[in-house]
Amino acid sequence: MNEPVLTLRNVIVTYRRVPAVHHVSGSFQTGALTALAGPNGAGKSTLLKALMGLVPVSEGEIDRRGISPQRYAYLPQQPEIDRSFPISVLQTVLLGAWPRSGSFGSIGPDEQERAHACIAKVGLTGYASAPIAHLSAGQWQRALFARLIMQDAKVILLDEPFAAVDDATTSDLMALVKTWHAEGRTVIAVLHEHTVIERFFPETLLLARDVIAWGPTSEVLTPGNLQRASAMTKRWAIEAHRHAHPAPV
Amino acid sequence: MDLYQLFAAPFIDYEFMRRALVACAAFAVGAGPLGVFLVLRRMSLMGDAIGHAVLPGVAVGYMISGLSLWAMSLGGIVAGLVVALLSGATSRATGLKEDASLAGFYLASLALGVLLVSMRGSAVDLLHILFGSILAVDDDGLLFVVAVATLSTLVISAIYRPLVVECFDPVFARSVGAGGLWVHSIFLGLVVLNLVAAFQALGTLMAVGVMMLPALAARFWSEDVSHIVVVSTCIALASSLVGLLVSFHFELASGPAIVMVAAVAYLTSIVMGSRSGLLARWLRRPHFHDPHEVKR
Repeated sequence: MNEPVLTLRNVIVTYRRVPAVHHVSGSFQTGALTALAGPNGAGKSTLLKALMGLVPVSEGEIDRRGISPQRYAYLPQQPEIDRSFPISVLQTVLLGAWPRSGSFGSIGPDEQERAHACIAKVGLTGYASAPIAHLSAGQWQRALFARLIMQDAKVILLDEPFAAVDDATTSDLMALVKTWHAEGRTVIAVLHEHTVIERFFPETLLLARDVIAWGPTSEVLTPGNLQRASAMTKRWAIEAHRHAHPAPV
Repeated sequence: MDLYQLFAAPFIDYEFMRRALVACAAFAVGAGPLGVFLVLRRMSLMGDAIGHAVLPGVAVGYMISGLSLWAMSLGGIVAGLVVALLSGATSRATGLKEDASLAGFYLASLALGVLLVSMRGSAVDLLHILFGSILAVDDDGLLFVVAVATLSTLVISAIYRPLVVECFDPVFARSVGAGGLWVHSIFLGLVVLNLVAAFQALGTLMAVGVMMLPALAARFWSEDVSHIVVVSTCIALASSLVGLLVSFHFELASGPAIVMVAAVAYLTSIVMGSRSGLLARWLRRPHFHDPHEVKR
């Protein structure tokens, strides 16, 4: 159980030479349920993308224990999806079978059955054949969670999964996250709401480009750490501004 | 004038009409799905740009071996692919939006083409290349467009899933390693190939109309990609048939006649379309009271 599934060694990710994630080292244990917290601009989303291999790491390395990040499940923050796209809920959820079907493999009745079961788990029974354009914001997020379940990944990365949804949906989706934790999957979620983190997430990584603290939530989300995080981000903002507009000599 | 005179006689009496019909039908089958994916990728103007971009290649083919179908087609394909791939590579390397880099390259390509044609040929040749001439479809031209339609249908069937995923959710596609540059390149290659193959019968510019208008019209009739592909192909086929008949009976240029019929189908769909047409929006049906009533 206590074996790292993801280890970061001195990871730096930069955008236009300005670091967004700075000297991050540490491990996510197998089966850990970790919240990724920090002020705006702290590099939380960037770190998730780096873990997914979607942005290149400038320095350091990410050790995924030989698992390709294509086997991870990833929910980006407000995905850039055209909601008027002509596709049904069932087809969207079936995309989660990709790790098994690939581009050309068949998708048989067993996968169809699984997709229907996933749709039921997120409370969208009856909507399988509905076009996604007909869903509300909360229902759409449920459909995306159904696709995550379908992917059956050992590592699940969520970026602000509850940002655009109502309280009822949040608690239903949070229940799913708890199920994944109980099943031994590793879950890393970027979250803003400290109350949600304190209630449901045993581990927290507090990020402000650098790691401020990483460990049990109660030891990480202390007033002192939070103050340091926000001070750190402000300092970076000033530095970035100076970098972009050098003072006249 | 009876129905036989109206619909059958032109094709039974004249071989050039039969050839034109087969060429247009083959193009409709090959290009129908491509138009749908161009619309879904928000690249509706891409076809137009490629249609212009093939000109210098066709002109070079013409200068080297005269009015040879194969030389002009090969030149057109090379020019179209170079412009499509250069603009794609530029946008990936520099972050310039793909439509912007495409605009840059196709405008340069078009100017080069006009320059080349004006050096050696006449304006009539240019008009032939851009707008085609239905009387000009010979055996080679017919074989070419049918072969391209066959290839196109097979390839689109094979890459259908990655193509849809890339259009629908590019971040998901990247995260599971679906699609990528190869899908995009094959797709653009098919667009170029189809437009060039249609140039004898329709001309590359009029061919763009047959590719895009049915796809835009079909969007108003369904909310499922595969249905839209079928509807689009059917509209393209019907437009070809009706357009050829209109051009025959009223002695009009055939390419523009076909595109105008497709345009009428598009305008009709905007108003009558069952999914998001204007009438469907105005004549709202009573709302459901129970979620279980919602069945598509």
